Amino acid sequence: MSQTTSYASTSDAARHGDEPLLQVRDLKVTFKRQGEEPFVAVDGIDFDVRPGQTVGLVGESGCGKSVTSLAIMGLLPKRGNRVEGEVLFNGTDLLKLSDSDMRDRRGQELAMIFQDPLSSLNPVVPVGLQVAEVLERHKGMSRKAAMVVAREMLDKVGIPDPDRRLKDYPHQMSGGMRQRALIAIALACEPRLLIADEPTTALDVTIQAQILTLLKDLVRETGTALIMITHDLGVVAGLCDEVNVLYAGRIVERAERHPLFEQPRHPYTNGLLESIPKLEVGRGERLNPIPGSVADNLPWTSACAFAPRCLNALEVCREQTPQLEMDFGRALRCFNPVEVAR
Amino acid sequence: MTPSPDRRRFGDSKKDRIDALAQTAGSTAGGAQGGTVMTVADAGRVSGGEGQSLIASAWKRLRRNPVFLTGAAITFVFIVLAIIGPWIAPYDPVAQPLLSQVRRQTNPVPGPQPGFPLGGDDVGRDLLSRLLVGGRQTLIVGVLATLGGLFGGLTLGTLAGAIGGWVDSLVMRIVDVMLSIPGLILAVSIAAIAASPSQTTVIIAIAVVQIPIFARLLRGSMLAQRASDHVLAARALGVKPHAIVFRHMLPNSLGPVIVQATLVLATAIIEAAGLSFLGLGNPDDRQPEWGQMLGQAQNYVSDYPHLAIYPALCIIVVALGFTLMGESLREALDPKSRR
Ligand SMILES: Nc1ncnc2c1ncn2[C@@H]1O[C@H](COP(=O)(O)OP(=O)(O)OP(=O)(O)O)[C@@H](O)[C@H]1O
Ligand code: SF4
Ligand SMILES: [Mg+2]
Repeated sequence: MSQTTSYASTSDAARHGDEPLLQVRDLKVTFKRQGEEPFVAVDGIDFDVRPGQTVGLVGESGCGKSVTSLAIMGLLPKRGNRVEGEVLFNGTDLLKLSDSDMRDRRGQELAMIFQDPLSSLNPVVPVGLQVAEVLERHKGMSRKAAMVVAREMLDKVGIPDPDRRLKDYPHQMSGGMRQRALIAIALACEPRLLIADEPTTALDVTIQAQILTLLKDLVRETGTALIMITHDLGVVAGLCDEVNVLYAGRIVERAERHPLFEQPRHPYTNGLLESIPKLEVGRGERLNPIPGSVADNLPWTSACAFAPRCLNALEVCREQTPQLEMDFGRALRCFNPVEVAR
Repeated sequence: MTPSPDRRRFGDSKKDRIDALAQTAGSTAGGAQGGTVMTVADAGRVSGGEGQSLIASAWKRLRRNPVFLTGAAITFVFIVLAIIGPWIAPYDPVAQPLLSQVRRQTNPVPGPQPGFPLGGDDVGRDLLSRLLVGGRQTLIVGVLATLGGLFGGLTLGTLAGAIGGWVDSLVMRIVDVMLSIPGLILAVSIAAIAASPSQTTVIIAIAVVQIPIFARLLRGSMLAQRASDHVLAARALGVKPHAIVFRHMLPNSLGPVIVQATLVLATAIIEAAGLSFLGLGNPDDRQPEWGQMLGQAQNYVSDYPHLAIYPALCIIVVALGFTLMGESLREALDPKSRR
């Protein structure tokens, strides 16, 4: 019941005027590897998320999207890596919290949904109980009260016949329904921030659209901020207010959605956009995938990592590190950005 | 042939087998890579234990498997016999109706005759009655030894798999040493320590032998669970560590353990017979037990082999029943062995 009343309807202006809810400052994650150089998976990332805002983290496989989200959630393994920088959530640095303090916030103030909805659910516990358990854990509800809310949540995420589905095991549900159930679990305690790590990649195209619409509606309705992690710019286009494009562990371009899609400035962003199949493109025409692969990367310390694959690369790109600089309301890390079309 | 490489191979194959079985739990819930839809559903079915639908779907798959059905039928008959044996036995297993026929020199073992289809034993007791009644003690020995091994193994395996670190290293070192000793030799050593052999020492000796098997198995599947997506997802919800172990890791690791327990029932019964045969069994024969009957038959085995053959057959058939059931369960659980 408190569920529905506390959902303030937020206008765009209100959502974007507030102080940042999450401030990631110079986040760096280094994995130690036996007998090898340590591997820097996330290399000094800064970004903000304001209350109710939807922020995209986009980039191809291996660029550090998941590691960033796990670092924010404090879910990286204890051993074998080093996390530096700050993750300020409402002004508190999450990286400095004790394990049990962080545990109390996870699921309560910030939650996460993962790529594979089937393997993310406990196979031996009915779905309704999995929703109820989070409520019992964080809200101190009785099993009975929690089941009532669990039923409401399943209803809210669009699972038909929630009374019956409460008792279903994950393997009895369809893929889309499981992802809805995961969303219900993640949002049960009304977190202020939700991180979705490729939530639709494992689903059919038609289901993908439904899930994205659901997420969009839910975050708007509840005022939850959303970090949307994806390698699919199509997902970003329909959902995100602001987009961070990652390459090899660093942000290479950040812009509001419309400017980014209308005029990508970073050659990598541009390449990503051109590799999206467009309806206007005839069947015979080839897409323009970005040449090369991440294996060709140069180290950021002495060059632009993207240089070997970049169509705009200059001499300087292989000799100096480009910095993230403000450029007409967007942040850009490039010596020779794509020209603004007139 | 030097004994050491051979023994190593023996120990290693035992470990490999256990680890392969443990994998069946890991790959079911942990796999984010292809075909998970199938396998996770399977994990739920077999490792369930709770929820009707899980049991129902496991049953649906197994009831068409002739191997499983044969094993289950044998097991069922055995259990029924163990319960009703004393009531259907024609004679009291302790009574000596054929005592008058026993002649130490000329006729030590009375042969089959009307009313005594299998004849008597060396003190004139009815063999059929003793076989019918003996199943109960055999079942008790097998079940208690398995439960003992299960309890010890679950405790050690949960400790190792849940805490990790040096606890894990220590537990696994001990377990590996125990696994490197052939089971019967270990059981004989433990049984021989006891001041006087009894049914309890037999059960304890066999239970101890099963502990490392269950421990390694459970630890393997717990580790696989620890790396699984749903454990990560649970941690992302702030679920407390003990709840992660007992709500997530343990229930999802139990599938292979149940399978192994079925198989261990068979080995426990055979090892109990082995101990009796070696004179380390329960000397008190007022409550007959097949292994004990087999052990006592060895004095007459060249002239009256039937004394040994009947209890041996019973043991073999029952062990076969548990093994068939366990193997078909394991196969149903293992994604690799299915198309
Ligand atoms: N536990 C780990 N130990 C060592 N390296 C790791 C670990 N986790 C991730 N990495 C490395 O960090 C890099 C970034 O991985 P990450 O999972 O963040 O990529 P991603 O952007 O999420 O890619 P994807 O789209 O495939 O999910 C990868 O090169 C990966 O190999
Ligand atoms: S800095 Fe140079 S190499 Fe890097 S993206 Fe810009 S133009 Fe390309
Ligand atoms: Mg990822």
